[in-house]
Amino acid sequence: MFNVDEILKIKAQKADWEKKTKAALVKRPERKPCFTTSSDLEIDRCYMPDDIENFDYAARLGMPGEYPYTRGVQATMYRGRHWTMRQYAGFGSASETNQRFKYLLQNGVSGLSCAFDLPTQIGYDSDDMMAKGEVGKVGVAIDSLADMEVLFDGIPLDKVSTSMTINAPAAVLLAMYVALAEKQGVPPTAINGTIQNDILKEYSARGTYIFPPKESMRLITNIFEYCAKDVPNWNTISISGYHIREAGSSAVQEIAFTLADGIAYVEAALKAGLKIDDFAPRLSFFFNAHLNFFEEIAKYRAARRIWAKLMKERFGATKEKSMMLRFHTQTAGCTLTAQQADVNVVRVAFQAMSAVLGGTQSLHTNSKDEALALPSEASALLALRTQQVIGFETGAVDTVDPLGGSYFIESLTDEIENKVMEYIEHIDKLGGAVRAVEIGYIQKEIQESAYKYQKAIESGEQVVIGVNKFTMHEEVPTGLLKVDSTVEDHQVAALTKLKANRNHAKIQAILAELEEAAKTDANLMPFILAAVREYATIGEVCNTLRGVFGEYTAPVLF
Amino acid sequence: MERKIRVLIAKPGLDGHDRGAKIICQALRDAGMEVIYTGLRQTPAQIVAAAIQEDVDVVGLSSLSGAHNHLFPPIRQLLNEQGAEDILVFGGGVIPAEDIESLKVVGIAPIFTPGTSTQDVVDYLFNYFKDKE
Repeated sequence: MFNVDEILKIKAQKADWEKKTKAALVKRPERKPCFTTSSDLEIDRCYMPDDIENFDYAARLGMPGEYPYTRGVQATMYRGRHWTMRQYAGFGSASETNQRFKYLLQNGVSGLSCAFDLPTQIGYDSDDMMAKGEVGKVGVAIDSLADMEVLFDGIPLDKVSTSMTINAPAAVLLAMYVALAEKQGVPPTAINGTIQNDILKEYSARGTYIFPPKESMRLITNIFEYCAKDVPNWNTISISGYHIREAGSSAVQEIAFTLADGIAYVEAALKAGLKIDDFAPRLSFFFNAHLNFFEEIAKYRAARRIWAKLMKERFGATKEKSMMLRFHTQTAGCTLTAQQADVNVVRVAFQAMSAVLGGTQSLHTNSKDEALALPSEASALLALRTQQVIGFETGAVDTVDPLGGSYFIESLTDEIENKVMEYIEHIDKLGGAVRAVEIGYIQKEIQESAYKYQKAIESGEQVVIGVNKFTMHEEVPTGLLKVDSTVEDHQVAALTKLKANRNHAKIQAILAELEEAAKTDANLMPFILAAVREYATIGEVCNTLRGVFGEYTAPVLF
Repeated sequence: MERKIRVLIAKPGLDGHDRGAKIICQALRDAGMEVIYTGLRQTPAQIVAAAIQEDVDVVGLSSLSGAHNHLFPPIRQLLNEQGAEDILVFGGGVIPAEDIESLKVVGIAPIFTPGTSTQDVVDYLFNYFKDKE
């Protein structure tokens, strides 16, 4: 990129400057002996042309919307349209969550994102023994299509895109969404949205698994195949680094483990006989926006470049869309503090800005009260307004990849790419991401980073305003959201009524067919769809599959 | 040699957030205690059985799903029913101030909330057992 003589001149000047600066350090030392990122990448005093002297622009960056997509997946990015402002919401009953959805839509969100309660996420009905105390707590309780009808009442499914944070029972919720669309008169070809459907990070970081890995991977490839034919605009998976980061990983580990999971899904689908360019365009990703501003921006850029290369070179993808890493971002919940909670608004704003500068396709901004409770309506609104300020007021969105070409950002992007590839090669050697999870390698890596981070906070090396610096006495916070404690009773009563008013014989027959199909290698989606159309519950479908597949027991590594 | 403090760290219910629980395990172990971790999705009965079988002095309960009022008290109750009143039961997680009070009333205390230093937990346990001697 640079003229050889110019570079030599700059190098000579830089050597001089380094010498002078170092001499002055004796009197005025820097704040720390060494500056590093979350991934332990050392940060230089200042970046200059010689840091990227052999930079091959065409190979490493290219044009926006073109391979390797470092600068973004679209040619015009936010000059064309903003990212999807998609706020994660859900609590209590379907009707309460429906109210929150409508409130968010009225205030300018461009997509919905549904949080389910833990029983739903783990495939238990609200009246299951295991569900006791958890119904409607961390998300909305969905037992059957009847709850989905209430959840999306007055919301036409051909007009919104909906993201559902559902993993182990993703097939069931997708089937319910398709069945609901049918009832609204909307064909499956006209619905848009995403299911998270990423089981590998459930084993390594998030915990809502049901079935063992092999059977879970089969359900996932069944969904890929079904959607490629019947629901073409659906994002069949959201391969998630978010929770890996929340569990304590570094930025490099977040990308490495997520892309390693992505490789495992691609390999499973290829093994099941699918063609790469048939399913790869619908793979999507989900990353965290954490505190280290520039490292985060470089992280997203590096992720795009690595994935594009993997898809093209390793898997022989030929469609452009197969090579594009499209991703959702959420600001880092784990960086929010219960202390001086208003400060969280500022943290969220910077994190959101890093996601935008990194070229995200959609964004959730956290609410300031999330270290204390589920977000109140007022704090959820402020979080949405935060990303609207970035989109409509700051001008940060008026050019594509504004930090591209920065000596620092490009150096960091390269360095992250190299470190991520080292991890991916190591995971390949272990036998892939599924194996790496089974032997606890990924869990252990995350745990080590989490503990190190905690130690850094406790030593004061990592400053957390309000926790280990600038602390102050505070009153007990008020105005927090509390989930109505009668939700569980109402939900169980409604479920009992539903179960009494269905075509029992028909449901039993369909579940028996599902059970038989599960024993073969048939695609299970049509069977699940038939079941939910008759108001079979999530527990009935999942228990049928539990009977054939068994359940996963996590290795206890401590 | 002095007997080490034996601790069971448990995750009751369906909550999968175990970053905090694992960090506590490691910090207590580094401080010289013997620590057993249950893993995820334990019922109160399973936790109590493990506590008694492992002959622990302390049970630490972690929950971030808001189900603590349903899941924590039965553990204390079952321990008491089995003659293990002397086992200390403490908790941690996203737990509102009013619930901390009601948990204390049924014998579950202290409750450590977000931002707590692991050193505070270590110090609490050492002091608790020193005072008991």
